[in-house]
Amino acid sequence: MPATAVVDIRHLSCALGGRSVLRDISLRVEEGETVVLLGRSGSGKTTLLKVVNGLATPSAGEVWFEGRPAEGWDPIQLRRRMGYVIQDAGLFPHWTVADNVGLVPRLESWPPQKVAERVEFLLNAVGLAPAEFGARYPRQLSGGQKQRVGIARALAADPPLLLLDEPFAALDPITRFELQRQFLALRRTVRKAALFVTHDVREALMMATRVALLRDGALDLVLTPAEFLAARTAEAKAFLASLEENWRPDEQPPRI
Amino acid sequence: MNSRLASEIFSLTLEHLELVLITLAIAAAVAIPAAVLLARHAAARRWVLGFANIAQTIPSLALFGFLLPLPFIGGIGKRTAIIALCLYALLPILRNTLTGIRGVDAAVRESAVAMGMTRRQILWLVELPLAVPSIVAGLRIAAVTTIGTATIAAFIGAGGLGVFIVRGIAMMDKPQILAGAVPAAAMALVADEALEWIERRLSPA
Ligand SMILES: Nc1ncnc2c1ncn2[C@@H]1O[C@H](COP(=O)(O)OP(=O)(O)OP(=O)(O)O)[C@@H](O)[C@H]1O
Ligand SMILES: [Mg+2]
Repeated sequence: MPATAVVDIRHLSCALGGRSVLRDISLRVEEGETVVLLGRSGSGKTTLLKVVNGLATPSAGEVWFEGRPAEGWDPIQLRRRMGYVIQDAGLFPHWTVADNVGLVPRLESWPPQKVAERVEFLLNAVGLAPAEFGARYPRQLSGGQKQRVGIARALAADPPLLLLDEPFAALDPITRFELQRQFLALRRTVRKAALFVTHDVREALMMATRVALLRDGALDLVLTPAEFLAARTAEAKAFLASLEENWRPDEQPPRI
Repeated sequence: MNSRLASEIFSLTLEHLELVLITLAIAAAVAIPAAVLLARHAAARRWVLGFANIAQTIPSLALFGFLLPLPFIGGIGKRTAIIALCLYALLPILRNTLTGIRGVDAAVRESAVAMGMTRRQILWLVELPLAVPSIVAGLRIAAVTTIGTATIAAFIGAGGLGVFIVRGIAMMDKPQILAGAVPAAAMALVADEALEWIERRLSPA
């Protein structure tokens, strides 16, 4: 019997608005692991994170946390044990950056001094100078800055599970690479479990301990990055082909 | 202008203001919690808004007439007037609070749930703060309406600036009518401007 998984998704299906969006998904994420959910737009990546968070209800199957079924948890407690980086950030417009980042620690009644220290530490960690950004409102940030606030907010209460929905999508390549490296470093120092959504193969291979390829709401395969490079399913080959497409500016653009 | 008239204008203005403030306080204390409850109940919302809409269409003089003979709430005096004024002030506050709460971006609400906020925390920390500009807009409409309608309440002995108007009409005395109408209009303008300023200050962007 392997160690208890942080999340254990068992034969999970989910229907939204009468459409079957997820079909018979089984996936375990253990401590220290980053399972990357890779898939095309509309393949069900966000929906899977929502089911894990309890924002969407499965139509079949179940999700277990730390050895207990989700139904056995108080949903509020459960959600505070997972840091969720929402696609497009989902920041609270009436709160400053510092208030957004400090939310879960405040909900957990940390002393204000400790919350302030934590916020400052995290803003520095995601490359936003606290003195410059702490007092700003979300509307005063660029898309990439909002995303980084969302990442800091998810990490705030040091949750054992991270749900990251395209956390680096709106970043310039330099900042993205910087944050990707910081994330890998973080994984070495604190052993968190992470479900990381992306549609970028390169990012998937870099971040993953395992890649879970979603196709039309079903798992196509779950492999380590090294195995994934040799994967033979049509969907995996389609993604790998996008890696080899290396257009250089001295070439003619591909004909359409 | 003689000093007796000036001091009467002053004291009746204060009385008018008192009527208006009591009315707004009661109406807000009823309408805002009601809106919070109704925000989650579509069926009840239709009924209550329908009723409040009808109440709004009753001419104020007629409403005062209906209320006068009723036991407990009726009778000559301030109490009857305040009850009637509250009925008119309820709808704008109720409707605006509802609009404000229901207008909160679904993504923001979902994000609040995802962060592990309880329903009560979502209401107090997210929905109501985001609805504040809309609530203030409702208070503004209610304030302006109440200041105007309260002049009619003098017909049933509520006092306030309407006293000049009632007296002026009875005595065919235009300056008397103006002594009531001008301060009331000024009060409405000031309230409108002040609440609009607050509304703008509280709006995010
Ligand atoms: N509330 C809903 N009602 C009905 N269908 C929905 C709902 N939410 C999502 N879907 C559908 O479910 C499918 C999966 O959506 P999902 O948001 O999980 O995709 P995704 O993989 O995250 O895509 P992207 O990469 O574009 O973010 C899509 O076809 C979408 O149209
Ligand atoms: Mg998505």
